[in-house]
Amino acid sequence: MTVSYENSKIIFDGIKAAGIRTVSALPETWLGLLLQRAEDDPELELIQVAKEEEAIGVAAGAYFAGEPHLLLMQNHGFLAAINGIVSLAQLYSIPLCMLIALRGHWGEPYAWHTRGGIVTEGVLRALAIPFEYARDPDKVATQIRDAYTFSESSLSPVALLLTRDLMED
Amino acid sequence: MERAQCLELLYPELQDKLVVTIMGACAQELYDLGHRENFFYLQHAMGLASSIGLGLALHLPEERVVVLDGDGSVLMNLGTLTTLARYRPRNLLHIIFDNESLLSTGGFDSQTTSGITNLAAIARGAGIQHVATAGTLMEFGEAALEALERDDLSVIVAKVDAVGPDLYGMDLQLPENAFRFRRHILDRKRA
Ligand SMILES: Cc1ncc(C[n+]2csc(CCOP(=O)(O)OP(=O)(O)O)c2C)c(N)n1
Ligand SMILES: [Mg+2]
Repeated sequence: MTVSYENSKIIFDGIKAAGIRTVSALPETWLGLLLQRAEDDPELELIQVAKEEEAIGVAAGAYFAGEPHLLLMQNHGFLAAINGIVSLAQLYSIPLCMLIALRGHWGEPYAWHTRGGIVTEGVLRALAIPFEYARDPDKVATQIRDAYTFSESSLSPVALLLTRDLMED
Repeated sequence: MERAQCLELLYPELQDKLVVTIMGACAQELYDLGHRENFFYLQHAMGLASSIGLGLALHLPEERVVVLDGDGSVLMNLGTLTTLARYRPRNLLHIIFDNESLLSTGGFDSQTTSGITNLAAIARGAGIQHVATAGTLMEFGEAALEALERDDLSVIVAKVDAVGPDLYGMDLQLPENAFRFRRHILDRKRA
């Protein structure tokens, strides 16, 4: 199992095509190739945080500045960011477009990912965060654009879950 | 020294800056000096004031950003100091009012009480080049002026008394604050 080079490129191009200019992120295996591209591309600025909750603040700053921004994290980072999502983004009606690597789900061989994978969807529902699964490389660019559009119009956090089908070869 | 005195001294300088303040006492003291459209009050999410400041500073290189933080709040997000150091926005001043207390939630001691933890040392250790400590109003004023003139990321740890306002209340809903703060910034960008 290796991270899909092809699909990482498709997602990266989809982020750029959605008009995103800056990305805040915390690295993880599935996001590695994507983040490497962001680091190498002068058109997309990468802000790497030390913990995912910081990225909620950075994203709020980008929104106040009127700059199109997107967050990249794994689901355990989403779980680590929840108070920021609730008490900053949702409380103040600040949009967040989150691309979340859904580790610990169907086909997961590593035990340590599994609890987070099992609860992610339930937590998203409990928080009333709209989400979709990204499985198909032919659709993911549209899904990213739509996620961004919806976060901006609803002034809400929105999550696109990057699945194993998409991220691994 | 009281934080309210520091804010009063700083207030004229804040007219043309983007200001993000933590919740509770600090937010109220700033508001009581007179609300402005360039003030954002982070009324609950502890630790994220400086992260918002970083997002603003990196996306608005033409603006100057001032973050008004607290010991308890910054202790909840110490990683922020390392992220600030890494990206080193030259237009950001991060002021930490260390009253050695979780004042706004009943005045419990914090980890900085009795000088156990030294936030300025943590900021320096995080890699921030310009870190000042202020124990008197004079020192605070000098450090703030220096930082605002300096074209570099600066942190000031201001040791203040654990006292806050007697009365709380703002005529401003939270999303309203966010909407107006953003509009103010976009208007300035267009101008
Ligand atoms: C996650 C979280 N835990 C606890 C609280 C309760 N709380 C509200 S204000 C506060 C203390 C803030 O301390 P500090 O940043 O030092 O500011 P001060 O009130 O001393 O000015 C706490 C713990 C909270 N708002 N959020
Ligand atoms: Mg305090």
